[in-house]
Amino acid sequence: MDFSYTIWIILVPFFMFLLIGLTGHWYKKAAGLLGTAGLAFVFLASYYTAYKYFFEAGKVDGVYQQIIGYKLLWLSFTDKLTIDLGVMLDPISVMMLVVVSTVSFMVHIYSLGYMKEEAGFYRFYAFLSLFTFAMMGLVVATNIFQMYIFWELVGVSSYLLIGFYYDRPSAVSASKKAFIVTRFADLGFLIGILILSYYTQTFDFQIITSQNGPAIAGAPAQTFMGFSILTWAMLLIFMGGAGKSAMFPLHIWLPDAMEGPTPVSALIHAATMVVAGVYLVARLFPIYSFAAPDALTFIGYLGAFTSLFAAIIAMTQFDIKRVLAFSTLSQIGYMMLALGVSGYGEHNGLGYTASMFHLFTHAMFKALLFLGAGAVIHAVHSNFTYEMGGLRKYLKITHITFLVAVLAIAGIPPFAGFWSKDEILVAAWEHNKLLFWVEYLVAGITAFYMSRLYFLIFWNKTPHYHHTPHEAPLVMTGPLMFLALMAIFAGLIPFSEFVSPDLTPYHTHLHYNIAIPSVLIALLGIGVAAAFYLKETSYPDKITAALKGLYKATYNKFYIDEVYMFVTHKIIFGLISKPIAWFDRQVIDGTMNLFGIGTLWASRKTKGLQSGQLQQYAFAFVAGAVILVLSFVYIWA
Amino acid sequence: MDILTLFVVIPTLTVFAIMFAKNLEQTRMISAVGMTAQLINAVRLIIAYYDERNAGNTADFLFQKTYVWFDSLNIEYAIGIDGIGVAMIALTAVIIFTGVFASWTMEDLPKEFFISLIILATGVFGFFISLDLFTMFLFYEVAVIPMYLLIGIWGSGPKEYSAMKLTLMLMGGSAVLMVGLIGLYFYSAPDGGELTFNVIEIAKVHMPIEAQRFFFPLTFVGFGVLGALFPFHTWSPDGHASAPTAVSMLHAGVLMKLGSYGAFRVAMYLMPEAANEMSWFFLILVTVSVVYGAFGAVMQKDLKYINAYSSVSHCGLILFGLLMLNKTAIDGAIIQMISHGIMTALFFALIGMIYGRTHTRLIHEMGGLLKVMPFLSAAYVIAGLASLGLPGLSGFVAEMTIFVGAFQQNDLFHRVATVIAASSIVITAVYILRVVGILLQGPIKNDKYFKLSDATWFERVAVITLIVGIAGIGMFPYFLSDLIMDSLHPIMDHIIEAGKPALSQVSL
Repeated sequence: MDFSYTIWIILVPFFMFLLIGLTGHWYKKAAGLLGTAGLAFVFLASYYTAYKYFFEAGKVDGVYQQIIGYKLLWLSFTDKLTIDLGVMLDPISVMMLVVVSTVSFMVHIYSLGYMKEEAGFYRFYAFLSLFTFAMMGLVVATNIFQMYIFWELVGVSSYLLIGFYYDRPSAVSASKKAFIVTRFADLGFLIGILILSYYTQTFDFQIITSQNGPAIAGAPAQTFMGFSILTWAMLLIFMGGAGKSAMFPLHIWLPDAMEGPTPVSALIHAATMVVAGVYLVARLFPIYSFAAPDALTFIGYLGAFTSLFAAIIAMTQFDIKRVLAFSTLSQIGYMMLALGVSGYGEHNGLGYTASMFHLFTHAMFKALLFLGAGAVIHAVHSNFTYEMGGLRKYLKITHITFLVAVLAIAGIPPFAGFWSKDEILVAAWEHNKLLFWVEYLVAGITAFYMSRLYFLIFWNKTPHYHHTPHEAPLVMTGPLMFLALMAIFAGLIPFSEFVSPDLTPYHTHLHYNIAIPSVLIALLGIGVAAAFYLKETSYPDKITAALKGLYKATYNKFYIDEVYMFVTHKIIFGLISKPIAWFDRQVIDGTMNLFGIGTLWASRKTKGLQSGQLQQYAFAFVAGAVILVLSFVYIWA
Repeated sequence: MDILTLFVVIPTLTVFAIMFAKNLEQTRMISAVGMTAQLINAVRLIIAYYDERNAGNTADFLFQKTYVWFDSLNIEYAIGIDGIGVAMIALTAVIIFTGVFASWTMEDLPKEFFISLIILATGVFGFFISLDLFTMFLFYEVAVIPMYLLIGIWGSGPKEYSAMKLTLMLMGGSAVLMVGLIGLYFYSAPDGGELTFNVIEIAKVHMPIEAQRFFFPLTFVGFGVLGALFPFHTWSPDGHASAPTAVSMLHAGVLMKLGSYGAFRVAMYLMPEAANEMSWFFLILVTVSVVYGAFGAVMQKDLKYINAYSSVSHCGLILFGLLMLNKTAIDGAIIQMISHGIMTALFFALIGMIYGRTHTRLIHEMGGLLKVMPFLSAAYVIAGLASLGLPGLSGFVAEMTIFVGAFQQNDLFHRVATVIAASSIVITAVYILRVVGILLQGPIKNDKYFKLSDATWFERVAVITLIVGIAGIGMFPYFLSDLIMDSLHPIMDHIIEAGKPALSQVSL
């Protein structure tokens, strides 16, 4: 089957970006429809591709193939190191096509309603198309450098969209922060690529991830500070992934990124771009698994830590979007952990499958949560839960779909999150008991804070609203309902039949010994939240008072931001940049000026010699003659 | 007349024509026509070059012509061009073309201004086509001298000081360079033949290594001063800050590249053994300047100073690529010359346009410009993104080629230098986004800015031409890279061959 048409999945959003960006100001409102039409094509083409790939053309002898749909030489560095731009289809890239196109399409439709009052409406759609282009190019990358290129492009579209409300200083600084933190991480990514490509002499994914390839079979023997050179390379590459996926301690940009419009948060900062790090590790998984197991273990632990850390913070936040942001961090931690506890081949690869499965289901229910939050914000014009309450009476559709998403993320069967989380817990149980218990605890916390959020918005006390909140229009509730269907049914997909590290399908089944306790802890979390927040009670205040210091630290996100502020402002600006600027002006430039001044001084001193006074000349003449005579006499004597 | 000499003749004729112009309108019209002709000639050159290559002409330099100029010293007007030169000519033609449009409203002594500007450009064109060191040096000086007048007369701020400083520092560089060139001349015929300034002839002979050790640093530093080699870069911030818009564009865009181009074409190519032997020392200097320039830019308050320091960093990266002494890195360095040339010209053009409206260049006095001048602001963002190396724009291609090339040097010293230099991409992001955040975004700080207008048609011509250049290279880098790479093979074989014995000595 010829998949060369898939290049249009990338190109159509790109042309939409150019078209809307250059001409959108002439037709403003129609720009939204134009962008959405472009996305409709992408959506259909992606689903068509997924169908063709998984059910018709993808498998040969029961093994999924990596199919190059399109490839073009873009730039060659050396004879071997060349950058191609192209489309590679394999189970995870096709799955990502579905994820990205679904969420992006829903967000495009939703924004027709949500953003319609905005002055920069066409600009918004241009950037959305740019993002979709970049994200699609990232997921179908045929080589690591193509991935890096689009990686940077998603970064910049994220920057542009976070700073969409560019006259708000908070949005400006949030966008700046997001870009710089991820850029810093990308420096690691770049150096990792340089190391990896130097030793393997290729960028191509198919070659470097092959079992007989230069990275695995021909792994270089060099070591550096106790670890193999590949471990370092893979850790550095993961640094890029940790930046985009907001792993501790590079997570600080994500909560601030909520300054962007809510549909953007749903698309970029919940469902697609922030899982790029997980996707990156999955893409290079054979190298991690065979040639850099230490790096993989590190990823597992870091994922587990981040998921716990973020879940704890999420319990204390009152900004609805920030709760969701920390929840995203926590869930991505789950995915990273799942990769960290995965092996290779058959059932050993469960962690890998589970990670991708969770990526898929999470994208659906988290996008739903954000879009639902958007509908709530749209109705009450506030982000803060203490200005909400009792909204179930006003926002019926939003309420039901939000509830579905909360149950899905809490891991209640039969909703999607239950199935994927269960597989992660099974994989963790089989490989690392410590990590299993961490995640088990996080499952309970997740159920608690999500239900807390749900009760605070839709139950609890009803504050006095200036305008009666009203339900969003159909363009906004439509996507909510579609995503709710996904959140209900996506868990029933037998993922291991499609996605596995060695591309070979295998069977999984539900492990009741793990599923039942995990449902119980989720129910416990929901129960506690209900007891605290269903009605207005005094328990939360009492607990807050009892845990004063801890609560304050958690509420302030453990002061990580302050640490960064200190490092950037005091150390980098204060101790490096300012002294350099001073040094340049005073010392280096001062030296140059000194030459100038010295020359002037010397000329002032010597200009007296040419005074034109005859007596002076005569004196100098006689004195010189005397000195000469004396010195000759001295020498001859 | 041959196509290369036309590049000197067209601007010269334009200068003569301007002398008869009566007012600003006529002056700028003549300049625009002349420089458009020059741009068309550049396109013709590219086509002719490809035709010739496709026809199978594999000579190192095409379109060669030699006229004896001063017989007793064997000085010739020798011209010829390879792919690198073609790229540099095209760059120069684009920059001077846009520079004319950026100076469209030069009210003050317009004739004299445009004449000086175009004489400057003539020098640059002449430099790039020359194969004779003496002619090359002559054109080099023709390019540098008008700078003094342009800054001293039409500049702003402490213009006399800046003009004096710039000219004296560059003259100091020239003096050192002159010694180097004369050295090359006197060693050009070791077997007692006729001495020559011709680059091709000199490349065939081997200068004794002792002589190279003496003359290489002189030549390299002499050119390096113009290429903003640390610590001889301080003319750049003051000079750029005081220079009028088109002069900054031309200076940062093209003139600074004369330095790095000369350092490569003359110093490294003609004295390859010394280049291999001494590269480590200069590599330390340029690695410092890459990071130093970037950090220096972070705390500046004046737009032009920011861009001047940023140029120190980016031009440092050019020299960094050159000193890595392998094809990939040098290919990247030359792409960076083109990329930085266009990008920085765009920056200076935009800064000039913004200054013309707000009458300040201090970023803290401005804010929210995106609202009142969306076109100029969007262009500024694009220039900024190119500067911080966004894929799809030219800076990325250049930087990545340099870094990948640099990483092919497999010892710890080069690795560490590469990692340090690569870290500049983060610092660049910091200062670019800082400026964008303060200058363009946020609320509008000053009520009178509400009345400001966006770009006029002639400003748009300049800006769009430059953006097309940046995006064109960024999206379709293959052609440029290929053009340069083809011409690099003979040069690099020469340099790498010379490095082999030297390297084996080092490893012993």
